[in-house]
Amino acid sequence: MLNLINKILDPIQALGQAALASLQAFGRAGVFLASSIMWGGPGSAGFGDLVKQIYSIGVRSLSIIIVAGFFVGMVLGLQGYTILSDFGSEAALGTMVSLTLLRELGPVVTGLLFAGRAGSALTAEIGLMKATEQISAMEMMGIDPLKRIITPRLWGGFIAMPILGLIFSLVGIWGGAYVGINMLGVDEGAYWGNMQASVGFYDDVLKGVVKSLVFGLVVTWIAVYQGFDSIPTSEGISSATTKTVVLASLAVLGLDFILTAIMLGSI
Amino acid sequence: MRTRFMELAVGVFMVMGIVALILMALKVSGLSTADAGDKYTIKAYFENLGGLTERAKVSMSGVTIGRVTNVYLDAEDYVAVVEMEITKGMSTLTTDTSAAILTAGLLGEKYIGLTVGADDEYLEEGGVIEDTQSALVLEELIGQFLFSGAEE
Repeated sequence: MLNLINKILDPIQALGQAALASLQAFGRAGVFLASSIMWGGPGSAGFGDLVKQIYSIGVRSLSIIIVAGFFVGMVLGLQGYTILSDFGSEAALGTMVSLTLLRELGPVVTGLLFAGRAGSALTAEIGLMKATEQISAMEMMGIDPLKRIITPRLWGGFIAMPILGLIFSLVGIWGGAYVGINMLGVDEGAYWGNMQASVGFYDDVLKGVVKSLVFGLVVTWIAVYQGFDSIPTSEGISSATTKTVVLASLAVLGLDFILTAIMLGSI
Repeated sequence: MRTRFMELAVGVFMVMGIVALILMALKVSGLSTADAGDKYTIKAYFENLGGLTERAKVSMSGVTIGRVTNVYLDAEDYVAVVEMEITKGMSTLTTDTSAAILTAGLLGEKYIGLTVGADDEYLEEGGVIEDTQSALVLEELIGQFLFSGAEE
């Protein structure tokens, strides 16, 4: 009898354990974010550090963002043209490409690429710092590793991501224009003119930038937290890096739905 | 040398971001820097808008001269009110200008077409266009056609 009760209770206990553990991790991550940001503005750990982080997070992601943006734009142009020409409204191609990129694909695909390219690198870097006891050494010397390591990285991601998102959208619109105008024969005036008539600077461009800012913060936060919280072994770092990419990608996609719902004002 | 290159690259990156934002504003969203201050608002009452929305074009002879800024229903007279901004460059709209809701192409978006009158007074800020023609609603048109067919 007692055996049976235990058998029923065990999985429930495991569930409770898992819930408590993830709640604890979430709380740690929140305290971690708050205490790293509280160290002040972007230049609080020295301006040179911030520049270095923007370089490694932002500038070095530029090539993948530009190439991906151009191809996404070209595919949108091709698919959009095929669908729109059924209704005889190829002239709306520019509108379709630009709104899709600015509202959704720009921030989201940039966020996903950013998680894979910059997020994993951040986690691996900080995880290795922890494994080689550089972080403990800093604490021994009385230097706060949060302020010295985490704060400039968080700000770097927060600053770099919206710029990358904007460049992605812009290159994508050019890609769509290239395919639409030069290869498929959409009227150039209609492409740009209809686009300008239906894209709003505040409604579409700036809301896309807000999305990018949120994604930048969340992806960088997950990446540095996973690195800082990783088990300092080679296995621990590898699982932390995987977790970063998975969690950050899911966070981007999930948050995108919430942000879109708020921005469209339908919920 | 290494930091100089890095700082330069970051500088270029930031400039690219700003340029992208400006390009978005000017080339993609058509936000014009001369937007503020050189526009005036006029109103028109319509019986049926048939899908005219905010940000729709206001054009004269096919040239865009303004934009619809607000659309609402007058709660007392039950007519739709359209507020539109016209560029100051077109300040010579006569008071008997007529407005019609037109469609771009067969399935295209709705816009307002203005036709100038012969009066020698001009519409000013807050002026009202008296002579309006509602949107053609396809369903009503088909209904009328069927009705007149049945009478014969």
